Amino acid sequence: MTSLPIGEPVDGSPVVTRGLTKRFRHQIAVDDIDLEVPTGAIYGFLGPNGSGKTTTIRMLLGLIRPTAGSVQLLGHAVPGSATHALRRVGALVEGPAFHPYLSGRANLARLDAGDRFADRATASKRIDVALDRVGLLAAAGKRYRAYSLGMRQRLAIASALLMPRELLVLDEPTNGLDPQGTREVRHLIANLAADGSTVLVSSHLLAEVDQLCSHVGVMYEGKLVSQGPLDALRSSAVKTIQVDTDRVADAARVLAELGLTDISQNPNSVTGTLGAVAIEKIVPNLVNDDVPVLGFAVLRPNLEDVFVSLTGEGFDVSG
Amino acid sequence: MSAVDVLDVGTTPRHSFSARFLLSELKIIYGRRRNLAGLGVLAVVPVIIAISVRVSSPGTGDGPDFFSAITGNGLFVAFAALTVELPLFLPLAVSAISGDAVAGEANLGTLRYLLTIPVERTRLLVTKYAAIVIFAFAATGLVALVGAIMGLALFGGGAMTTLSGSQVSFGNGVLRLLLSCGYLAAGFAALGALGLFVSTLTEQPIGATIAVVLINVMMFVCDSISQLDWLHPWLLTHWWIFFGDLLRDPVATDNLQRGLITSAVYAVVFWLAAWARFSTKDISS
Repeated sequence: MTSLPIGEPVDGSPVVTRGLTKRFRHQIAVDDIDLEVPTGAIYGFLGPNGSGKTTTIRMLLGLIRPTAGSVQLLGHAVPGSATHALRRVGALVEGPAFHPYLSGRANLARLDAGDRFADRATASKRIDVALDRVGLLAAAGKRYRAYSLGMRQRLAIASALLMPRELLVLDEPTNGLDPQGTREVRHLIANLAADGSTVLVSSHLLAEVDQLCSHVGVMYEGKLVSQGPLDALRSSAVKTIQVDTDRVADAARVLAELGLTDISQNPNSVTGTLGAVAIEKIVPNLVNDDVPVLGFAVLRPNLEDVFVSLTGEGFDVSG
Repeated sequence: MSAVDVLDVGTTPRHSFSARFLLSELKIIYGRRRNLAGLGVLAVVPVIIAISVRVSSPGTGDGPDFFSAITGNGLFVAFAALTVELPLFLPLAVSAISGDAVAGEANLGTLRYLLTIPVERTRLLVTKYAAIVIFAFAATGLVALVGAIMGLALFGGGAMTTLSGSQVSFGNGVLRLLLSCGYLAAGFAALGALGLFVSTLTEQPIGATIAVVLINVMMFVCDSISQLDWLHPWLLTHWWIFFGDLLRDPVATDNLQRGLITSAVYAVVFWLAAWARFSTKDISS
């Protein structure tokens, strides 16, 4: 596991796990992970389907008991004193689930009735605010069974917003949403974080996390292979540079002499992997050899690149 | 602007048992068409009894004890209906509700959302069982109420002849009917605890319901095999028919007491079994 600096002290972080492990009969679903979500972060919990994200989230929320290791949620041990933590946590776990013959509003009322910290007098107002926040107010009276997958997903997010929450745990919140809905949810998560909530959002969609998160943790085959601020993770990954020029062959030769690898020539540019080469030496060397530099860029690695460099494999379903 | 600013929400811990959650639970039970249809079937039985006795020629007293008494006092329609529904219909209704209690929520996936709200697991089982008990009393009461109304409409009321042959006042007869309902409902509520336990074992509510119905029928079968007479006192269903002792004069309380104790033991043992199973269960539904 790559160790990267984390901005917050361990004790104050809303989510801290130590050696968290879950073994089902035949396989280890979650293998000795030390998760740490700093206060105020939007933490992208990444990994292919089957990598142990949902099992981890279920352990965070006290639904599944760990085989080994500990969970501290908002300073409380889970499952031991889960109630004290969970009342301050809004959660969406593995897709929406509601009573099909009740309306969206009645389903939220049902959940709110179960919350003994919620005030009955403000229930209907809080429910409407939550429905409005996810854009579901107009369809609030419809039966859940008539909802589209996108509407169901929104209702599940609304259920996490019935009470003010310090921590939101959202498992695949944009599953089944169209591009417009995905944008809206992304926007909503950013707003919630701006309001002061810490957000743990799991996803198997790298691009989604790339645009949204301040921190990421990457799960692969039950292990947390990396976590930390997204920028730090990016800079730890392989860097690629691009030189725009009209003398492609000469530029490629200079880069090769400097020690760059994976050099590829395009009609008007050359790209190469930086490796240990000092970045500031590249342009002077090109100019010395009379290669006109029309443009120069250090390409930001996308998360896909980061992921591949961490696991050595593509982002596919792990068995 | 944060949600905290928008709304002043209560964050003080309330009572560990919340009437609001129980109310929501009852709304779910009585809001389901399936359950209302089931209650409808329960209510039809006394109607059928009353009408069929009314239209048949008097004097064919071949049926169960209470049938012959119906023409004398309408209240006996209620007693007859309870007798008819006691082996299967009422236990089936309680099995459906109790089997669905936890398994139904697990099957829908709503269980994980309730638990993260958070509804503590013990509180969930207390509330679910309270709703089952209320249902057991309501279902039994419904059968008796419809029976009494139909009986009084078709045969009239007045003084009632007890099984011992003495006459008691109409008010006394109504009281005995209410006590019968309470006694039987306690037995069905104990069956409901068994159902709650089975419901924590599976994510298939229908499977849980069928299992409870089978256990109920099995107890009746064992109770009818005389070679198993050592087992009979331990069977929950063995004591149910003794509600008829409430119609003796004076009331014979021995069997009733043992019946109530058996119900209480079943209820406590199986509620605790449900708790032991559920409180540490991995919820992966």
